[in-house]
Amino acid sequence: MSTGVADKTQKTIGGIRRKFAPWTDPQATPLIRYQNVTKRFGEFVAIDNLSLDIYEREFFALLGPSGCGKTTLMRMLAGFEEPTSGQITLAGQDLVGTPPYKRQTNMMFQSYALFPHMSVWDNIAFGLRQDRMDKDAVANRVEEMLKLVKLSQFAKRKPHQLSGGQRQRVALARSLAKRPKVLLLDEPLGALDKKLREETQFELMDIQMELGMTFLIVTHDQEEAMTVADRIAVMNHGKLVQVSPPAVIYEQPASRYVAEFVGDVNILDAVIEAKVPGLVTLRAEAAPGMSFRVAQDCETQVGDTVALAFRPEKLRVELDPPADPTVNCLTGTIWDIGYLGDLSIYHVELANGQRIKAAKPNLTRMVERPITWEDKVYVSFAPDAGVVLKS
Amino acid sequence: MRKGLSWFNVTSIVLGFTFLYLPILLLVIYSFNASRMVTVWAGFSTHWYVQLFQNQQLLDAAWVTLRVAFITASVATVLGTLGAIALTRYGRFYGRTLFSGMIYAPLVMPEVITGLSLLLLFVAVDIDRGFWTITLAHITFTMCFVSVVVQSRLVTFDRSLEEAALDLGCTPFKTFFVITLPIILPAVVSGWMLAFTLSLDDLVIASFTTGPGATTLPMRIYSQVRLGVTPEINAACTILIAIVTVVVIVASVMTKRQEMERQKAERLAAAG
Repeated sequence: MSTGVADKTQKTIGGIRRKFAPWTDPQATPLIRYQNVTKRFGEFVAIDNLSLDIYEREFFALLGPSGCGKTTLMRMLAGFEEPTSGQITLAGQDLVGTPPYKRQTNMMFQSYALFPHMSVWDNIAFGLRQDRMDKDAVANRVEEMLKLVKLSQFAKRKPHQLSGGQRQRVALARSLAKRPKVLLLDEPLGALDKKLREETQFELMDIQMELGMTFLIVTHDQEEAMTVADRIAVMNHGKLVQVSPPAVIYEQPASRYVAEFVGDVNILDAVIEAKVPGLVTLRAEAAPGMSFRVAQDCETQVGDTVALAFRPEKLRVELDPPADPTVNCLTGTIWDIGYLGDLSIYHVELANGQRIKAAKPNLTRMVERPITWEDKVYVSFAPDAGVVLKS
Repeated sequence: MRKGLSWFNVTSIVLGFTFLYLPILLLVIYSFNASRMVTVWAGFSTHWYVQLFQNQQLLDAAWVTLRVAFITASVATVLGTLGAIALTRYGRFYGRTLFSGMIYAPLVMPEVITGLSLLLLFVAVDIDRGFWTITLAHITFTMCFVSVVVQSRLVTFDRSLEEAALDLGCTPFKTFFVITLPIILPAVVSGWMLAFTLSLDDLVIASFTTGPGATTLPMRIYSQVRLGVTPEINAACTILIAIVTVVVIVASVMTKRQEMERQKAERLAAAG
C-alpha cells in the first residue's frame, strides 16, 4: 500500500534527522566557514568580527530582528557584498573576490525576482543555459524541477499569471535547478499567508532532505526558523548571540536577549541563595517569602543577581494552592485573559505589580472557564521548567 | 460622492481647449479648402494634397527631415539610455551631481542659445555645415529627453532581477541585454519616439546649424510662409501634425499600458 511506503520514508527521514549533528563531531569539516568576517557600510558595522561554521546537508537558519546583519551575512556568501575584512570559504575554496556568477551558490530572493518577460519554463532553464548545458539535459532538468514543485501544468505561463504561492515555487525551482552546493533563502515565505507558509515550511524540509543539499535561510520569523532548521543562529548588532539546535535555543537560551526574542517568556529578577550541582535555589523580590528551585548547573556565585526565566506554557494556574505553596509558586490576581481557542493566556498581576503570562490549554469544551477576571490564583512550576540567565 | 460638472468647470475646459486647439483646427480645415485664398472658404477639396506631392522642393525637405529624425532618435536613444543607467546605477560616483544637473540643463535651455553655441562650435572646429551638423545638434538636445524618460523607469526597476541573473551564472554584460533591456524596452522605445518627434519639428536649432543643401521641412515651410501662406503649406502642416500626434499617442499608450501591467502584476502578487 502506498501509505505504508510513505510511512517508511517518513521514518527514515526522521531517523536521519534524529542522528544528524555534525557540529558535535570535531572530525567533521564544515562546508561553509566564516572566519573573523567584518563588514562595514561607511560608519555602520553590519557584521562585527563574526566566525561561523556550517556543515554539509545542514538546514541552517539566521534569525534576528531587522538590521541585525543576517541578510548581509548571506549576501556575502552569494557574492553581492564583499567583506571588509576576514575570510569566507566554501568547500575549502576562498570566496573573497569571486564574482556572484562564478560561485556555486544560488539564492532564492525575498521578492522572488522572477524574470517577468520569460515563461516559468524559461525562468527555470535560465541558469542551466548559462552553463551551456545541452538542450535535452536542460529540458530534463526543468521537467524534473517542475515536478518537484508541482507546477508541471504551468510551464508556459508568465510570472504575472501565477498566484503568490506558485511564484514562490517557481523561484525555488529556479534556484535549485543548478544543484548549487548551498541554497540561500532570503525570507522565502514572507509574502505568503500563514496557512500556506506552514505547509511550505514542511515542503522545504522534504525537498532539502530529498536533494541532500545545504540550505541557509534568513528569517525574522522565529517559528519558521524553529520548524525548518537543524541549527539556528540568533543574531544581534552584527554578532552571533547563540548558535544551537531549535530546542536548545528555546529551552536553554544563552542570554536574556535570546529568551525574549524566541517565544514568550516571563522574567523575574532573582538572587542566588544557594547552589549545589544540578540545583539552584533563588529568591525573588516579586515574591517575598518564596523560594525558587531550578534544576540546572550555574556558573554564577551565591548572592549574585540573575534573571529567572520561565515560559508561559510551563506554568500551572490554579485557584487552590499547590502541595507546598512556598516553593516555585507565585500568587497574584488575574489581570486579563486572552482566549485563543486552543489556549487561554492568563495575565497574572503579582504583589509588586509585575505581570506574568501563563498559558493553559483548553482541554475541554466549556464556555464558562472556572478562572476569571480578578480571581486570586496560584501560579506554580516544576524545578526543570525555569532557567537561570546571567545577563 | 460623485461630483457633477459645474458650469465653471465646463467653461474652463471649453476655453482652455479652444485656446490650445482652435488655431490647429482652423489650419486643418483650411487645408481642405478648394479656394486659392487661405481666408475664404470655397468648398471641400483634396486638391492641395495632390499639389503637395508634386512639389519637389517640399518632398526633398521632408526626406531630409525624416532621415535626420531617424538617425537622431536612434543615436540619442543609445546615449540617453547609457546616461540614465549611469545616473541611477552607479551610486555616488565623483561628479554625479554635476553630471545629473548637466543632463537636465538642455531641457530648459532656450533653443536659440543651444543653436547659437552649436553653430559657434561647428565654425570653430571648421566642419562643413549641412545634414550631419543638424543631426549632431539634434542628438545633443534630444538625448536628455530620452535620459529623463528612461531614468524614471529605472528608478522603479527591481535590482534583485539583475542580481538573480548574476547569481544564476550570467555575466553583468549579458545580464544587461537579456534582463535589463527587455524589461525597460517600452521606456526606451517611447524615448526614441519622443526624440523622433522633437527632431521632426525643430526649426530654431536646425536653422542655426544647417548649411547649403540641407533644408528641413520646418525650414522650408517657414521660408515659403514668408512669401505668403498657401493652402499647400496648410496641407503639409496637417500631415506633420498627424505624424506627431500618432507618434505621441503610441508612446503614451505604451507607457500607460506598461504601468497598468505592472500594477496588475502587483495586485495579483498582493492577492496571492
